[in-house]
Amino acid sequence: MTEPSTNVKEHIPVRKILTAVVAVAFGLGLAACAPDDGPSTASGADATIDVGSLYEPQNLDNTGGGGQGVTEALNGNVYEGLFRLTDDGKVENLLVSDYSVSGDGLTYTFTLRSGVTFHSGKPLTAADAKYSLEKVIAPDSKSARKSSFGPIGGITAPGDSTLVVTLKTRSISFVYNLSYVWIVNAGNQSPTTTADGTGPYRLASWQRGATLSLSRFDGYWGTKASNKDVVFHYFTDASALNNALLTDQIDIITSEQSPDALDQFTANPAYRVNDGASTTKLLLAFNDRVAPFDNVKVRKAVYSAIDRKKLLESIWGPHGKLIGSMVPPSDPWYEDLTNANPYDIDLAKRLLAEAGHGGGFSFTLDTPNYDPHPIVATFLKSELAKVGITVTIKVISADEWYTKVFQKHDFVATLQEHVNDRDVVWYGNPDFYWGYDSPQVTRWVRQAEQAATADEQTALLKQANRQLAQDAASVWLYLYPQIVVASTRVSGYPVNGLNSQFYVYGITKREG
Amino acid sequence: MVRYLVRRGGLLVASLLLASVALFLLLRVLPGDPANALLTVDATPEQIEAAQRQVGSDRSLPEQFVTWFGQLARLDLGRSFVSTLPVGPEIVDRLVVTLPLTLFAFALAIVIAVPVGYLCARWSRTWYGAGLSALSQLGIAVPAFWVGMLLIFVFALRLRVFPSGGFPRAGWADPGAALTSLTLPVLTIALVMSASLIRYVRSATLDVLGSDYLRTARALGASSAEAMWRHGLRNAAGPVVSVLGVELATTFLGAVVVESVFALPGLGSMLVKGITQHDYPVVQGVLFVSTVAVLVIGFLADLAQRLIDPRLRGSSPGGSR
Repeated sequence: MTEPSTNVKEHIPVRKILTAVVAVAFGLGLAACAPDDGPSTASGADATIDVGSLYEPQNLDNTGGGGQGVTEALNGNVYEGLFRLTDDGKVENLLVSDYSVSGDGLTYTFTLRSGVTFHSGKPLTAADAKYSLEKVIAPDSKSARKSSFGPIGGITAPGDSTLVVTLKTRSISFVYNLSYVWIVNAGNQSPTTTADGTGPYRLASWQRGATLSLSRFDGYWGTKASNKDVVFHYFTDASALNNALLTDQIDIITSEQSPDALDQFTANPAYRVNDGASTTKLLLAFNDRVAPFDNVKVRKAVYSAIDRKKLLESIWGPHGKLIGSMVPPSDPWYEDLTNANPYDIDLAKRLLAEAGHGGGFSFTLDTPNYDPHPIVATFLKSELAKVGITVTIKVISADEWYTKVFQKHDFVATLQEHVNDRDVVWYGNPDFYWGYDSPQVTRWVRQAEQAATADEQTALLKQANRQLAQDAASVWLYLYPQIVVASTRVSGYPVNGLNSQFYVYGITKREG
Repeated sequence: MVRYLVRRGGLLVASLLLASVALFLLLRVLPGDPANALLTVDATPEQIEAAQRQVGSDRSLPEQFVTWFGQLARLDLGRSFVSTLPVGPEIVDRLVVTLPLTLFAFALAIVIAVPVGYLCARWSRTWYGAGLSALSQLGIAVPAFWVGMLLIFVFALRLRVFPSGGFPRAGWADPGAALTSLTLPVLTIALVMSASLIRYVRSATLDVLGSDYLRTARALGASSAEAMWRHGLRNAAGPVVSVLGVELATTFLGAVVVESVFALPGLGSMLVKGITQHDYPVVQGVLFVSTVAVLVIGFLADLAQRLIDPRLRGSSPGGSR
């Protein structure tokens, strides 16, 4: 502040008065100044691990609309499936000790592990497993995996430790899909607000809007958790989340969503920035049913007009990855198709001319109002202007997107992120929102699911994948990075973001 | 006085009724569907229908209104569509954070604004008075979240004397930690709020300072401070108190932004989440409670004014002031 040049003769202690005012302002706070409410200093097996996340569960039921947050906090930690999807994408036995498949591939017989109890003390039986699977495929189920269990014909529990599932058609992904089914206590009347699983932690408390706490379950059947308590702290603001790590209130950020914030951690030896495998793809999804995007050439032209490398770098810097189709590298049928539609403005212009749009055209891009979509839309607008295409950006809420785009198919093009792995199969469904309708791809996807061997499945999905890229069914802009940022005091955390799960039982913390 | 209270109370209830209808309709005008929050981008048409049935968005508007109003009449705010938990108890949980935040900030703002505003008026012809006044003007222009970020940067990230955000898990059972976590948010709101209050205090004081009765008091031998204390203060308080009512209500509603910056589990963050998820019961519940709070604050401010100013006591609530 510069002082006005007035001649003041009398001396009034302005500075003293201002100081007093500031002191009053701080008085309240300073009087109450108490030690930090940071992570506990206990280490080793008694440690409390404080995890920071932007994804609070909506409720505690993954078949009842719990969302991404409930998977992150409870999957594998509080609840377990018959199988586990490991952090590197392998499927292994968890609550089953063994299983067999009939020769025709239609009958699965599972033997449950013995000596497993729920946190409430009730022993696990096949009836619980049957109930849990039925819950996922029930009419009111909100599970994202419901449709993949379509082939199920019958579920029986002939003994306390035997579960038999018969399928109407072969389903090569059946066991993989079972890794998403939580085995819950059939007696739990309120699964949306309480949890009773078989995992290494029991749910200790959930303060909505703030924290969800897990405590080690000492009656766990397997290897006990390496730490005593895990507290998930929830944030709505990405910089508030980063600040919490910088001030030691938390030890780990499960998924960094603020690219600008990375430098302060990369530059600081007290933190480690982990670049893991992600399954989240950012799509410019056309409505393939309507003009002009019902024309393959127009779609390919748009694809080739966009400098995706520049886009990714300007948003995420050195992080993230370019993809040329819906399949991320962690899916077994991945192939590098990045150059199937190369960035080539001349090619784009040629394709547009061939499609009869030499003079360009205009379209409306329905853009979800949350990051990174608005900024990506602006980028696309300027890129496409170079080939004569005028983009009108229409910003809509996530909710509106769901009703307008996803349900009513009332759009021409939209931006959306797709988080799940192995979701290329949605291009085999002509009724899906993007309306890609290739009888060949539909057939390949169906045949792949009914394949007898994984090799056969992989070969068919690779074929479908190549066709999708060739048809530019959508523009796959890039694969998000999956960045776990953690204090160097902690180790043993998962680094890959497969389907939003975050196993915490191996995390340890050293003193200091 | 009793008659006034009854009439003012009646007005309060009528405003509440109107507000509840407006709330209900406004929410339904927004595009989207509450069922959407429960589903993912892999949902089948059958799942969508089932979700809509569950949250009742497949029913007609009048039907939905009657259900909600019926619940409201029984003081039941219903259950969240998304979490399936009752809304009422959650609001109480959140008020435990938002209410102290608002009240402390309010009190601190008054503590800052009254002396500073008074000094601004007393020194209005000096350069430091003008400087102080300009500073308060600047304070009005600065958004609350920016002040919050600045305070976090200085006191949490650099000096490390306060946490950067969050509220202790033990809540008020650990009063030290709870107060510590509220300090920066309180300071943020109080600084921003006091900036505009200073302006009001200053102009009210200036009015009084130029008044005849004060000059008369001085002429009769009272010292400047004595005259101000005995005659000026009460007169200056009138307009300030009426503004205080509005300011308190604004603070209560404006806590939304500050709660997000400081990751506080308050009513504001509950409201924002409710709106993004189209969780009607949550939004209706929070807004209803806020409406009640604002109306009650207005009522109290009116009452306080009548206590300060005897001239108002004879008039009716809607009458001239």
